[in-house]
Amino acid sequence: MELPKEKLLDMYEKMVKIRIFEESLSDAVTGGTLPGFVHLGVGQEAPMVGLVSALRPSDWISGTHREHGLMIARDADMRRMRAEIFGKVTGYCKGKGGSMHLAVYEKNAPGCNGILGPNQTINNGIALALKRKGAGDIAVVLFGDGASHRGEFHEALNLASIWKLPSLAICVNNEYGISGCVDDVCSVEDISARAAGYGIPGLSVDGNDLMAVYEAVTETAKHIRAGKGPALIEIKATRWKGHFEGDPQNYRTPEEMAAMKKKDGILRFEKELLDQGIATEADLEDTRNRAQKALQEAIEFEEKSDYPPLEEIYTDLYYEEGRAV
Amino acid sequence: MREITYLEAIREALRQEMKLDEKVFILGEDVGAFGGCFGVTAGLLEEFGEERVRDTPISESAIMGAALGSALMGLRPVPELMFIDFTPVCMDYLTNQAPKVRYMCGGQVEKLPLVVRTTSGGWIRAAGQHSQSLEGWFTQVPGLKVVMPGTPYDAKGLLTAAMRDNNPILFIEHKVLYGMEGPVPEEEYLVPLGKAEVKKEGSDITLISYSLMLQKTLAAAEELAGAGINAEVVDLRTLSPLDHDTLAQSVQKTHKAVVIQEAYESAGVASLVIKSLMESSFDYLDAPIKTVAAPDTVIPFSPPLEDAMLPDEAKIVQAAKEIAQ
Repeated sequence: MELPKEKLLDMYEKMVKIRIFEESLSDAVTGGTLPGFVHLGVGQEAPMVGLVSALRPSDWISGTHREHGLMIARDADMRRMRAEIFGKVTGYCKGKGGSMHLAVYEKNAPGCNGILGPNQTINNGIALALKRKGAGDIAVVLFGDGASHRGEFHEALNLASIWKLPSLAICVNNEYGISGCVDDVCSVEDISARAAGYGIPGLSVDGNDLMAVYEAVTETAKHIRAGKGPALIEIKATRWKGHFEGDPQNYRTPEEMAAMKKKDGILRFEKELLDQGIATEADLEDTRNRAQKALQEAIEFEEKSDYPPLEEIYTDLYYEEGRAV
Repeated sequence: MREITYLEAIREALRQEMKLDEKVFILGEDVGAFGGCFGVTAGLLEEFGEERVRDTPISESAIMGAALGSALMGLRPVPELMFIDFTPVCMDYLTNQAPKVRYMCGGQVEKLPLVVRTTSGGWIRAAGQHSQSLEGWFTQVPGLKVVMPGTPYDAKGLLTAAMRDNNPILFIEHKVLYGMEGPVPEEEYLVPLGKAEVKKEGSDITLISYSLMLQKTLAAAEELAGAGINAEVVDLRTLSPLDHDTLAQSVQKTHKAVVIQEAYESAGVASLVIKSLMESSFDYLDAPIKTVAAPDTVIPFSPPLEDAMLPDEAKIVQAAKEIAQ
């Protein structure tokens, strides 16, 4: 691995943070303290960290409804994330968006979208503005295998292709649209094959392989930054949890679940770091402790935070005379 | 003052804003060399080039997504949707997306300058999928302003105000009004959003309408004058937010009201106006408020049927006479 040790350990730390952040939310659902419902990305740490690490901070990236991991990978503040997910005023969206609509504009991350599809077309507008700016930045959008069946997938990629937009479409194929297995609802083996219909490059990559994701996104981004137009990457990344937390997952077999966990991207990366002499077990332990401390801080921050005042029901709806009201 | 058509007034507003601010750009189906389905954008491609007058595929979702994404990035898109009857194919952007961006991110995005131009109305012999007046739907969307000019002067002034407003706006033009001539200043000017206007003062009854129905209502008011009824005509101009004060002032003076809309009679703008008047002016009313609207059926192709179905001057006169005497 050609990246410096510091960067590799940072990537490891982010993966661990995502895992424990999501597990803590799972506990909160079980404990009945978390309002609403959450879609957890346990098992998808490597794709999130791999792809985000390959981008510039000045690139833009939007996700779907399963994107806590994306935001952690993007260096968002876990305290403000956690506060948002619990509906507190100190959250990134003042508690008005919640888990499904977490947005962190200071990280060029306009966030998750509760509706599947529109983020793909909206990404074209972001890409159009970046193209006008001419700094070589790209607009990246994530969506699942399920949203690759929406008409907007077609409309977005067709327009991006004819306008040669600097946009990267990343399909995180987690194999299920709620209970609908990709084998039953998808016309192709690899969703990346659909790129051919738009005359753009398409490739599939194993989401459990952090460095493979990193390299695929780095190389594809290079192509896009050179003004050659959009591309489609499919990351095969099974989710370990249900569609939402509490989903009984009666559509999956115990054998499938067990096989999936053997391919854990975090364990795989740990082994690579140790086997290649890049890090010691002590390095990894230190990193895990740092991640755990950050999670504890996030939990304390959220617990001490207030719910938004009732006036917030009406604020932020319209822009008026130089200020949002 | 110079007289130009409603269509030319709209084109002039677009041209003047595009000259003043290079962030303003147009996108839509056939808006370029073809000049738009109704000719509104004719000549703008030649004047401003392909980057700012962008032809798109037949992909309303892609149009709206690209517009919204670029607005998030500080550009000032003015997408065109050929007919309001086509808004259902991209309804998500006009309901779940653009109007909710600022609110759901807790004001992280301050300005969202997005003016969606579309056309409504019948009498072009195009049957049930190209003739409707669907504006009422959009008054149900918090975060979206809805504007419908009824004169060439208001068309230019309201569109200019809309393009400078920094909020998502649905700007609805009437196909039949495109050819109407009227006085329009050559320089830029603003007609304020959210303000109705008394187009004709009167003392016996208030006739409330907008868009093409304003012109039919003004003609009806003349006929009523011949019958000794001095009608006041209020033009709503902006449907959302509604100008409750102007409505109340007029009806508290005349004590009677007829609300006229081209839309289907159920749950449209007339219902909103009547609710407003019941809350503000119930004690002032000397008669039940009447409505003139299209019946709740599909707009037929056959010209005699369409003419009989849609509201006209005679129906307005009749409704006014029923309560004015």
